This record gives sequence, C-alpha cells and structure tokens, in this order.
Amino acid sequence: MVVYLKRKLIIIPEKCRTTVAFSTHGVRLSQAQAKTEAPKPDRMNKTPPESKSYAVNMFRGNVVPEQCFPYPDVLSPDQHETLEMLVSPTEKFFAEVNDPAKNDALEKVPDDIMENLKEMGAFGLQVPTELNGVGLNNTQYARLVEVVGANDLGIGITLGAHQSIGFKGILISGNPEQKKKYLPDVATGTKIAAFCLTEPGSGSDAASIKSRAVLSSDGTHYILNGSKIWISNGGIAEIMTVFAQTPVKDPKTGVTKDKVTAFIVERAFGGVSHSKPERKMGIKASNTAEVYYEDVKIPVENVLGEVGEGFKVAMNILNNGRFGMGAALSGTMRSAILKASDFAANRLQFGRKIETFGAIQEKIARMAIKHYVTESIAYMVAGNMDRGFTDYQVEAAISKIYASEAAWWVVDEAIQVMGGMGFMKDAGLERVLRDLRIFRIFEGTNDILRLFIALTGIQYVGAHLRQLQAAFKNPAGNIGVIFGEASKRAFKSVGLGGGKSKALEPHVHSSLSTQAEYASEAVELIGQAVEAILMKHGKNIIEEQFVLNRLAEAVIDTYAMAVVLSRASRSIERKLDSVDHEILMTKVFCNEAIGRVRSNINGMKASSSIENYKIMSQISQTICKTGGVAHVNPLGI
Amino acid sequence: MAMRALVGCKRVIDYAVKVRVKPDKTGVVIDGVKHSMNPFDEIAVEEAVRMKEKKLVSEIVAVSCGPAQCQETLRTAMAMGADKAIHVEIPAKEFELVQPIHIAKILAKLATDVKADVVILGKQAIDDDCNQTAQMTAAFLDWPQAVFAAKIEKDGDSLAVTREIDGGTETIKVNVPAVISADLRLNEPRYATLPNIMKAKKKPMEKKTAKDLGVDLTPRIQVISVEDPPVREAGQKVDDVDQLITKLKGLGRI
Ligand SMILES: Cc1cc2nc3c(=O)[nH]c(=O)nc-3n(C[C@H](O)[C@H](O)[C@H](O)COP(=O)(O)OP(=O)(O)OC[C@H]3O[C@@H](n4cnc5c(N)ncnc54)[C@H](O)[C@@H]3O)c2cc1C
Repeated sequence: MVVYLKRKLIIIPEKCRTTVAFSTHGVRLSQAQAKTEAPKPDRMNKTPPESKSYAVNMFRGNVVPEQCFPYPDVLSPDQHETLEMLVSPTEKFFAEVNDPAKNDALEKVPDDIMENLKEMGAFGLQVPTELNGVGLNNTQYARLVEVVGANDLGIGITLGAHQSIGFKGILISGNPEQKKKYLPDVATGTKIAAFCLTEPGSGSDAASIKSRAVLSSDGTHYILNGSKIWISNGGIAEIMTVFAQTPVKDPKTGVTKDKVTAFIVERAFGGVSHSKPERKMGIKASNTAEVYYEDVKIPVENVLGEVGEGFKVAMNILNNGRFGMGAALSGTMRSAILKASDFAANRLQFGRKIETFGAIQEKIARMAIKHYVTESIAYMVAGNMDRGFTDYQVEAAISKIYASEAAWWVVDEAIQVMGGMGFMKDAGLERVLRDLRIFRIFEGTNDILRLFIALTGIQYVGAHLRQLQAAFKNPAGNIGVIFGEASKRAFKSVGLGGGKSKALEPHVHSSLSTQAEYASEAVELIGQAVEAILMKHGKNIIEEQFVLNRLAEAVIDTYAMAVVLSRASRSIERKLDSVDHEILMTKVFCNEAIGRVRSNINGMKASSSIENYKIMSQISQTICKTGGVAHVNPLGI
Repeated sequence: MAMRALVGCKRVIDYAVKVRVKPDKTGVVIDGVKHSMNPFDEIAVEEAVRMKEKKLVSEIVAVSCGPAQCQETLRTAMAMGADKAIHVEIPAKEFELVQPIHIAKILAKLATDVKADVVILGKQAIDDDCNQTAQMTAAFLDWPQAVFAAKIEKDGDSLAVTREIDGGTETIKVNVPAVISADLRLNEPRYATLPNIMKAKKKPMEKKTAKDLGVDLTPRIQVISVEDPPVREAGQKVDDVDQLITKLKGLGRI
C-alpha cells in the first residue's frame, strides 16, 4: 500500500504547480507565473485550503453535504413577504408597459421605458436602501431577475451590465467613501454603469489587457490610455469599472512589473469616448460599444481595491454575478415552455392534439427537466451566497454553463414544437433564441468556464496531495493525515468504498434512494478519475483539454444531480402540490445523468477515446492549415 | 385645504385568476390563490395620492379589513403613497360572511376616530360586486356622498366631483367631510415602485379588531350554496334560415 501511495505522491511537485488564475472571461493558464514566484519552503507543511464547496470536494471523491443539503432556505418571513410584493409590480410592468419586440426592432431600450425602469428601482436592486437602492439579497434579486429574463433579455443585459457587473465592484470592493459617492446615483439609474475589461487583443485571456494607467508625477492621479471593445452600456455609461495595467514594484525583489488595477472612471473626467453601437445577433436593445480612453485623469481615490489587485477584483465581480444569469434564464425557459405546451395542447394534426405524440412529449418533458435543474442550481447558488459562503465559484460557473445551454436547447425545441409558427416573429421565440445565444459567450465563454471548473478542482486536489507528500517526509509527526488518506484508499482498493454508494443516503428522501446512489457513485467516479489523470499527466494536465472537458461535464452532471435531489427532498418534506411531478423529473434526470457521467469518465481514460482525441486534434490542425474543409466535394467540382 | 383622507383597500382574488368554486359549494377557493388590491380601491388610493400631491390632502390613512395577509395590501397602498395604515383584523373564516354594512360601520367609526375629512373608497369590490359600502358609510356618518367619481377637483372649500351616470356625466359640489367612491375612469393608478415598497415597510401600521371599534360582525346572511355559472352548451350549425327557424320553434324559443 505504501508503494501505491508513493506512486501517487509524486504527482504535483510544488515548484511546477499549475497556477490557475481566473478571469472573468477566462482562466489564465500561466505556468510562467508559477515559475517566477519565489519558492516558499513552508508551503509544503501548510494545511491545504479547506473548502466546504460541494462541487470542489467532488474532485477528491468526497461528499461534503453542508453546502448542498438541505436545500437552502434563506428568506425570513419578512423578506419573503417583501419579495412577494415586489414581484407583482415587476411582472405587471413587463406585461403591460414594455414591448420586447419593439425594443428589438428599435435596437434600443426606448427612453420612456428607461425612465420607467429607473423609477421602479430596477437599476439598484442590491444597493442598500440607505444609498437609494432596494436592498435585496441574492435570492430576492434572483427572483426579480427571473421576471426580467422571462420577458426581455435585452433589458436584462442593460440592467445586468449596470448592476451585476458595472458597479458591482463598488458594492463589493469599494471603500466607504466610494460607496457613498457613487452608489446613490447608480442605484437610481441617474448614472448608468459599465464593466470594461475586454479589449481587441484580450478576451478570454483577460489578464493580457494592454490598457495602461500610470501614476502622475505628483502622485495625485493616474493617467489612463487604452481601448475596450464590446462593452455593454459602453455608449451610455457615466460610471465605468475599468481594468488597466499599472506598474507595480514588488516590495521584496524591488522589480517593477505591470499588474492589473481596477479603477472607477467617470465619463466626466474627460478623454472618454465611444463608438457607434454594435449591430448584433441578439440582445439588440442593449447598447454594446467600444470605449476609448485618452489621457484620462483618474484621481488616486478612484482605485478600486488595491493597486495591482485588479484581476482579483474582476474575478470577484464576475463570480458574484453569475448566479443571476441562471435565474434570468430560468425565467426565459419558463415562458418558452408555457408557449410550447400551450401550443401542443391545442394544435391538431392527424386528428389528434400534438401533445399526444411521444416525440412531442419527450421534448416537453426534457424542457421541463432542464428548467427544473437550472432553477434549482440558480437558487442554490444564490442561497449559499446569502448564507455567507464564499467558495461558490465552481458552482456559479456550473450554473452559468448549465443555464445558458439548457435555455438554448429549450427555446430551440419550443420553436420545433410550434413548427412553422415557432419560426414566425409573432410567436416571440425567434428573438429569444437570438437574445440568449450570447449567454454562452460572455462573462467567460462556457468552454473557458469548463476549464475553470476542471482546473480549480484539480488544483484543490493537488494541494491536498502535496500535503500528503509532505507528511510522508515526516511520517511520525503526521500520522493522522497519512492514516486518514491511507484508510480511504485502502477501502477503495479492497472494494469497500465501491459498490453501492451510501454517502447521500442520509440527506435524500427515501423515495429517491436509487438516484441518491447514482449521485454518490458519480462523486466517487470523479474522485478516482481525477487521481488517475493527475498520476498520468502531472502538471501537463493543463494541456489535456479533451480530458478536462469530459471531467467538467461529469462534474456539472454530478453537481446537478445533487442539487435536484436536495430540492426534491425538500419539496417532499414540505408536501408541495408539485411534489410528485418533481420526483419524476428528478428521477429521469438522475437516471440519465449517471449514464453520461460514466461515459464521460470513461472518455477520460479509455484508450479508444484518447486515440480519438489525438485524431481530432490532427483533423482540426489540417483544416486550419488548409484554410477550411480539407476534403473535396464528392463530385470533385 | 389640507384634509385627512381615509382610503379603503380591500384584498380580493386577483383579477387575472380564474375563480374556482369549492367542492362543498360554501364559497370559492382562496387558499394559495393570488390576491391583490381591489382595482377600484387602487384607483381610490391613487386619487388620494394625487390630491396629496396637489396639497389638497395632508395625510392618507389606508384601511383594510380581513385576515393577516391584508397587511400586504396595505403595504402596497403605502408604497403608492399612503402615509399610514390601519389593519382591522378579521379572521378568514369570519370574513367570508362580512357584508358591506359591517365594513361601513368600521369605516365610519375609523373616519371619526382619525378625524378624516374625506373617505375615498372604490365604487365596488371585484369579488362580491356589492357597490354599497361608500353609500352606507356616508349614511352612518351622515356625510354627503359623491359616488362613481370620474374627476375630483377643489371648488373653494368644497369639492367638485364629476360623476359617471347613465348616458353621461354629472358634476356635483359636495361639502367636506364627504364620502367619495372611485369609478374606473377617475385615474390610472401608478405602479408601486420597488424603492417605495421598501420604504413602505417602515411606515406605521396599526392593528385593530372590529371589537375594538365596537362593531358587531354577527352575520346577517347565510350562504346556502355557491355555484359556478352554467357551462355554455355546445352550439349547432344550421344550413339556412329555414332550418334555423324550424330548430328554434322545436326548442319552443319562438
Ligand atoms: C454582446 C456582448 C457584450 C459584451 N459585454 C461585455 C462587457 O460589458 N464588458 C466586457 O468587459 N466584455 C464584454 N463582452 C466581451 C466578452 O466577455 C468576450 O467576448 C468573451 O469574454 C470572449 O472573449 P473573445 O470574444 O475575445 O473570445 P476569444 O477569447 O477570442 O475566444 C474565442 C474562442 O476560443 C476559445 N478559447 C479561448 N481561449 C481558450 C483556451 N485557452 N482554451 C480553449 N479555448 C479557448 C473561447 O472559448 C472561444 O470559443 C461582451 C461581448 C459581447 C459579444
């Protein structure tokens, strides 16, 4: 057994540890950064970061229920009542005043609608009431955003770019003076905000931005130069959270290097200009523009967070806002399902209501299940944030990925259920399909977020394995660590940990016990697979995207299983009217998800799969070299 | 002229909800059904708020009688602009048999207690469609009444109220104190904005019971049966006028 352990222990030597830095838009996969870091010998004996995140712990094969079971219930009766009061006027506004088709055609949110939204308080939902906001927590915010998503995603982005990312930095990282100065005006929408990170040369690789701010000789202000593209609200914002490189001197080495700093930039500072609004596929009502900064003088008080810590600020903002997309898209899906099911229940073909055909039934059932999963994850993440947990990054990324892909699928199938009618503008779905496409791209592409999920988990496992490695250097003093880990492995190797997994049994209602076993089995499969790939690839795992993607897929499904089991169990406990329906959806989802998890895990190691990845890599290279499809037309013409 | 206005806010099943009769036919299903402020009462609140904006009114007191959830309705009224609220708690079961005469007595007593100069009510509630409360309240108070108001204006120390009547409108002058009931065209109520809803949470809400006000709620009616409207029978197609006449004759309709 020691031999077995030793083999594992050489996995990730500290000095070539992969550094995963997360950006909004991406994950910075930089090994260079790790190399230049001064080696810290004490690191080996430090206890690795502990996280109670359900998703992150899955990578170690552990079920850590705290952040998943029972389903969070964070609203006090008073908050619940308040929310009920807020939902109806919001719904009424969208039903009676706003016209999403008109906004889409105009490619603008009309001024009167903007004014209405401002009056309603829609621009400052989470700003404290004493600073002119509505003072909602994340769960309450999610519920209101759901109403927006159900009605008009163009407005959703206008509002989201403003408060979910535009001034969120001031709300979560600003100092008291900054909050007092800026929040009252942005909360009322008197001033619109934007989040300015992306540049022509820096999208997913957000840390590579070129915009640069240099401290003036008198030390009173920074001078910013650079340009940003595809900035939502870029043409209308007065207050911008801008990220730029600033020279920062390392206090230890004395070497000056550029590091990203976040700034609060007012258009009124001068030197800020913008392009015409971009013409886009969807969310046309929302303004997207390039923003240029030319010798913009930013007072030093407007540094947001610490100098050189801007990347962290950006990542916090984006992590903090992602659950909102899950909530908004839950609303989008709910209204698409309403349209499709209404059509299916009324449309006669071949003398029958089309809802009686199995092909339609499968579509509608799958739509509802995907909605159930999306909604359950969104409120789980929001609830965990409200409970004060801070390690929800992976779950938030899962929520964004799942929601944006489920919504695309659901609206696409809703169109299919409605046939030619679905393709017509009047059905109101083609716009929604165009609008929601962007959700798979911005605030971190889903591809990048998949890597983020996989690598964050792997890094967590790596830290624990390093601790184990260190423990082995002084086995006598670390017997606890070794014993804990060794016994876990020993169980696995003699099959005690295998077979039927019971880890979730105490947390899931007995009517879903089979599905709970699947969800536990999936966690074990992930734990084993992560160990195996670390053993096989070591630090080079970072380059194995075919494998990492399958790991991320398995993680998404496995987390989703746990979340719906948690929610359905709570519904059973509360005897909700919809409980039987929820149980059925949970069963189908888990029964199918375990199949996908097994297949993805297998795809991480099966030699036939690995071979296919090599081939696909080769095929792609050929095509990119050829410049398009490399095979000739069958006619040769 | 700076009057104190007392405004009625009944909590009713939302206008968009399809009402279902309870299986035992004692009433309609209200549990888990969306409720909101009676639309005519919303108009009444809106009018009071506008009068306050025009400085005709200095303070608006909203009243709702019924179960605990009425407080939500009152919060909405305060979010729209009412300054304070009085909740006269009547348990749900008891409330089922409460009639306009009971509410009118309560309102009359409250109008006296808070020294109201004007009582503004919806002309009717969309659940029972009684259209009696304003008139009865005026009677109990022995105040002039101006019901079905479509416009309210200041006229010296009195109010000029334009009323909707059959075939047109009528403008009357009422001395205050008075009771007014709001008709549909009086105004278009504003949305309660989210910041105002939050602010409304801090406005004072007083709780009272009918007993505190000395009003006896003993039912004066007995519900024998609540029925769904008859279902429309399926129609028949006829080929021509002759056939139509034959059929109608057969049914004994002509
Ligand atoms: C409508 C709209 C609104 C926007 N609003 C804002 C805003 O308000 N503020 C702001 O700062 N930005 C905004 N953006 C920018 C947006 O966040 C970026 O488009 C996004 O981060 C992706 O960057 P990119 O477009 O440069 O794509 P790229 O980074 O060039 O990526 C192209 C493709 O390559 C993939 N890829 C890139 N790197 C890797 C890798 N290492 N491994 C595997 N795959 C990789 C990506 O997943 C993607 O599929 C907006 C964009 C749009 C279209």
